[in-house]
Amino acid sequence: MKPFTYARATSPAEAAAAVARTPNAKFIAGGTNLLDLMKLQIETPAHLIDLQDLKLDRIEETKDGGLRIGAFVSNSDLASDARVRRDYGVLSRAIVAGASGQLRNKATTAGNLLQRTRCPYFYDTNQACNKRKPGSGCAAIGGFSRQLGIIGTSDACIATYPGDMAVAMRLLDATVETVRPDGAARAIPIADFYTLPGSTPHIETALVPGELITAVTLPKPIGGTHIYHKVRDRASYAFALVSVAAIVQRDGSGRVAVGGIAPKPWRVEAAEAVLPQGAAAVTPKLLAGAKPTHDNAFKVTLVERTLAAALIEAKG
Amino acid sequence: MDIKSETEVSRRGVLVGGAMTAGLAAIPAAAAPVAAQQERPMTMPVTLTVNGKKQTLEVDTRTTLLDTLREHLHLTGTKKGCDHGQCGACTVIVDGKRINSCLSLAVMHQGDKITTIEGLGTPDHLHPMQAAFVKHDGYQCGYCTPGQICSAVAVLAEIKAGTPSHVTASLTDAPRATNAEMRERMSGNICRCGAYSNILDAMSEVAGTNA
Ligand SMILES: Cc1cc2nc3c(=O)[nH]c(=O)nc-3n(C[C@H](O)[C@H](O)[C@H](O)COP(=O)(O)OP(=O)(O)OC[C@H]3O[C@@H](n4cnc5c(N)ncnc54)[C@H](O)[C@@H]3O)c2cc1C
Ligand code: SF4
Ligand code: FES
Ligand code: FES
Repeated sequence: MKPFTYARATSPAEAAAAVARTPNAKFIAGGTNLLDLMKLQIETPAHLIDLQDLKLDRIEETKDGGLRIGAFVSNSDLASDARVRRDYGVLSRAIVAGASGQLRNKATTAGNLLQRTRCPYFYDTNQACNKRKPGSGCAAIGGFSRQLGIIGTSDACIATYPGDMAVAMRLLDATVETVRPDGAARAIPIADFYTLPGSTPHIETALVPGELITAVTLPKPIGGTHIYHKVRDRASYAFALVSVAAIVQRDGSGRVAVGGIAPKPWRVEAAEAVLPQGAAAVTPKLLAGAKPTHDNAFKVTLVERTLAAALIEAKG
Repeated sequence: MDIKSETEVSRRGVLVGGAMTAGLAAIPAAAAPVAAQQERPMTMPVTLTVNGKKQTLEVDTRTTLLDTLREHLHLTGTKKGCDHGQCGACTVIVDGKRINSCLSLAVMHQGDKITTIEGLGTPDHLHPMQAAFVKHDGYQCGYCTPGQICSAVAVLAEIKAGTPSHVTASLTDAPRATNAEMRERMSGNICRCGAYSNILDAMSEVAGTNA
């Protein structure tokens, strides 16, 4: 790790202003992704602002019947919350399908949303990587790309967003609440939160420098059967090759979002319209325009099969 | 390790770093964050309660909780396997929750209560989980064992508290300490010797269930 100074912020606005004002500063929440990357000198902040004293660790009901989840709520606490388990089961399921018990105790809601890709070339500082070092090229294209993206990718980057929780958040139409360095608050629909790589894969979200996530809100529950089906190389403690989050209603209608295949949780509302016709009808619409590599073409089939499995599970 | 001499080595590094910073200042804006990089190791005081004992230390901000325990407090029971959150050898219990001490900075734990394997029990008064690991041979080389035991103790507490897992059938019913539940919840602790089934026997005994 490179040396850095460390401070704790006491208000969200102060934290945002401090990161914007201090050269090369970063927020630290659970630290489970940032410290990992700092040890490899992929991230080299000169100053860390710790968010643990901001009191953003509560889950409250909103007046329109939804939930407001503080940015610092741990993944374990969120998955265990009785209201989440009852009304937003897919969120609990997605969280407990990720990482390990130890990591989930430390990982936070905002930190989880902002975890970086697991592209092996991003992690290897000897390799060209446009995301880590803009303009250096992409070693994954033409390299070992089994785990990488099949849709939403670009000629500059084919990495995936690796997380599970965000797939459920996308399915639930969550909103990310933030405060900017000038103190202004805004609400970003999760559908607009992640950006596609295009020619700037180092830009991953709609956040501006110093913008702090304060909470994630969920609209009121929509009922249905909640499923999170994750396929990976081992039964536990591994990132998804493909994951499917689904909420299915009695009449067979519902919502579907897919993880592990794109630079963001992948959801196509037009594909959901044919959900009652099954996975074979949904998948071509969901993956229209997909550009898999030789190594990861299997993911196209895997999406359809995982979705089919999820739909069977939903029928009980 | 002599901590003082380590600091002196880094001071020499500062001189080199200082010269580098001056050189970098001339390159264009894109490199500005690099130029602004703090080259001098920064230290800070931190007070932690480790196994019931209050400890005040001056640490480099980069020091992980794991290195603080091992190198500064000489509590070498907690092990470093991967240093990247992938193996669980460094598992300790902080304010009642298990975490990977390798992915946490000491300075993030000001005022926290930390329990390591040394604090769970002593050779004369073993924690029931330690005794069960001995009885069931829940290890071979023993390297992963302190992390396994800290994790196992916390896992049974998590099941009691109703925390769901990936294999919990119903999210609205209380989970039980079944074989499948304990296996899934222990997946963050890797054992190169493959002592898994004996670890499960030890946990089942403490949980009062049949393996
Ligand atoms: C071995 C291993 C296995 C894993 N497996 C999985 C898995 O299977 N599925 C999965 O989904 N995840 C997995 N993870 C990733 C894990 O979920 C993330 O590391 C964790 O969620 C990050 O949260 P954190 O609070 O620790 O973030 P941090 O590391 O503290 O921060 C991450 C980033 O978010 C920024 N940040 C944090 N809070 C805020 C805020 N409030 N506003 C603005 N920016 C903020 C930080 O500046 C940093 O850039 C795994 C991690 C490890 C180490
Ligand atoms: S796919 Fe993206 S993250 Fe991976 S090497 Fe290419 S540019 Fe880097
Ligand atoms: S040393 Fe911390 S998880 Fe491996
Ligand atoms: S006992 Fe040897 S690694 Fe687990």
